[in-house]
Amino acid sequence: MKTPFITSVAAIIKKDLRAEFRARELVSLMGLFTLLSVLVFSFALELDREAREEAVSGVLWVTLIFASILGLNRGMAQERDQGGLDATLAAPVSRSAIYLGKLLGNFFFTAIVALVMLPLMTVLYGKNLLDAWVIGTTVIGVFGFAAIGTLLATLTVQTRAREALLPIAMLPIVLPFLLTAVRATTGLLNGAVEREWQSSLGMLAAITVIYFVMCLLLYRYVVEE
Amino acid sequence: MGEKPKLAASDLQIERRPQPRLLRILTVITALGFAGSLYLGLAAAGTDILQGEIQRIFYIHMPSFFGAFTAFGLTLVGGLIYLARRREKWDRIALAGVEVGLAFSLINLLTGSIWARPIWNTWWTWDPRLTSAAIMCLTYAAYLMLRAGIDDLDRRRAFMSVYGILAFVTVLITLFIIRIVPETIHPVIVGASPQNAQGGFEATSGVVMALIPSLLLWLIFMPLTLMWHRVRLENRIEALNRLKTQALSE
Amino acid sequence: MTEAPVIIEVERMSKVYGSLPALRGINFRVRRGEFVVLLGANGSGKSTLLRLLSGLGKPAAGLIRVGGWEMPGEAMAVRAQIGLVAHQPLLYENLTARENLDFYGALYGMGRAEREGRIQELLRELGLLKRADSLARTFSRGMKQRLSIARATLHQPDVLLLDEPYSGLDQAAAELFDAMLAAATGEGRTIIMSTHQLTRIPEAAERALVLSRGRISFDDAIGRRDMNAIYRSASA
Repeated sequence: MKTPFITSVAAIIKKDLRAEFRARELVSLMGLFTLLSVLVFSFALELDREAREEAVSGVLWVTLIFASILGLNRGMAQERDQGGLDATLAAPVSRSAIYLGKLLGNFFFTAIVALVMLPLMTVLYGKNLLDAWVIGTTVIGVFGFAAIGTLLATLTVQTRAREALLPIAMLPIVLPFLLTAVRATTGLLNGAVEREWQSSLGMLAAITVIYFVMCLLLYRYVVEE
Repeated sequence: MGEKPKLAASDLQIERRPQPRLLRILTVITALGFAGSLYLGLAAAGTDILQGEIQRIFYIHMPSFFGAFTAFGLTLVGGLIYLARRREKWDRIALAGVEVGLAFSLINLLTGSIWARPIWNTWWTWDPRLTSAAIMCLTYAAYLMLRAGIDDLDRRRAFMSVYGILAFVTVLITLFIIRIVPETIHPVIVGASPQNAQGGFEATSGVVMALIPSLLLWLIFMPLTLMWHRVRLENRIEALNRLKTQALSE
Repeated sequence: MTEAPVIIEVERMSKVYGSLPALRGINFRVRRGEFVVLLGANGSGKSTLLRLLSGLGKPAAGLIRVGGWEMPGEAMAVRAQIGLVAHQPLLYENLTARENLDFYGALYGMGRAEREGRIQELLRELGLLKRADSLARTFSRGMKQRLSIARATLHQPDVLLLDEPYSGLDQAAAELFDAMLAAATGEGRTIIMSTHQLTRIPEAAERALVLSRGRISFDDAIGRRDMNAIYRSASA
């Protein structure tokens, strides 16, 4: 009776990609925000060139987390406005499959924005971010944000304050990601010894896996009434 | 008009079950224990040679973190059991855990800050352990905020169980961060201190003698007693709300 | 006439939102092929009842059985047999009509070939073939409603749940809709439809349930009765 897991995940991803490819709403929203944020930080930190270089990884990650929140809120609003999520929930589809489908879509869109952001920051901040390890760290971090964000956005969209609560619910929970990711990126950019950034990267990967599994198991409790 | 009110005055009495005897005993033990541990830490234990009187704050600082650990741990357990069994009681225990744990971790941060002023020469530093403790507090503060934003009771309970489970990861990180990020300056009194630790002291038999009763008190008696009272209070609040909506919908 | 088998069973079901009871101990049975209209004022619990039947919520107490499957334990099996049309069209604005249907077809486990054939057939039946490849956001309210009927019947569900399907429909669309409902009952589908407009009870409807403050206050065949009188007495 139940629709196979992979089929459902694939259908949800396909739907999200199709809609986004047509409207380009999420990617352009997050992209524009990212551009503005990078420029604002660049102006704000311009006085001191050294400080600007030091701040690169902080700017990168703060921008990415807020861009993620923006995208997640908008994406969830799209699901909710026309009741699409309800119709999905009314189908005989595993709730974990819905989570995974939504998560992969969110991850994909944020990752596109992040990968455009890296060369942009390389140009504006004078630090080379186009390193395989930096890209890898960014992709893992963005996946972590999407893993937690997909669950929390589904939760907060059902609260009274809707969009307003997502940053409050999400920022403290993603702080461990932020800390380890910033640490790893800073180490990589400043040419620190391998051991130093690898331990942070390892920890980032570990908490990403832990939270992903937790959210996968807990998702069904935030979509029932 | 002129209809007889369907709610009689007697209905409006909120349940007043007397405190169970165990709770009364626990309350007395906790109160006496608190006084006793203060005496042990502030008077009976010897003054630290290097740090002087300020070291005595340790007898509250460290146990209060473990109290928070117990309380947040019960939030985790309450959340898991609530999701499995759907008994309101477990959600109330989870809520009590958050409030008590938050109070304890604020005591922990505050006492740490007071101690750091003379020893580290600063109120606050962005040390990994301090940072993670602050994150932990913020996470549970967010719990309370989120909880207030959900009107539907069933949803609120389920959602907050989920959030309470996720939030516990920040407690574990705070506990284990010195093992993961070794460059902390926060001293470890029991076990090997990190290389850079500043302000450590010997866990002499005098320190241990004063610490153990205090640790026992904060780890078990304080959170359990306070949470039990908090759960009873929540029972009354919900009973009152039920009566309110009943009265309004009649 | 032999009695059709029971397809929906609801026993002592209640649902609480906050501390406000939305449904208080509902009991009823629906036989296969029946067309039931659900009446009641706003806030009487109609939408809640339909949401629970469609597996979108869990009852606080009581039992729901659809086609022999029990909820919430076998909710997946129940969901597979139900088609839901809600107030909202439950469509994605940035997808075309065909893409919307294709997505939902996949969610109900229909294979690609099966999906394509069925979608084509439904679009033709509902007169949407010309607009099949335009975005749902460009559709009028009536067209969206037709498309959401297509979405709800795509997987050939045994039971159709309709929540206020007439809201926002113009006269022509409503008539087309009536014809579709008649056709659906002809095919042996069971229909439960909520409405608060007594003037808009379709001819095909055989039985009325009136909900009042979360309880069923009337449950009988419509026949030649005056619905206005029934409704007034039942929801008083």
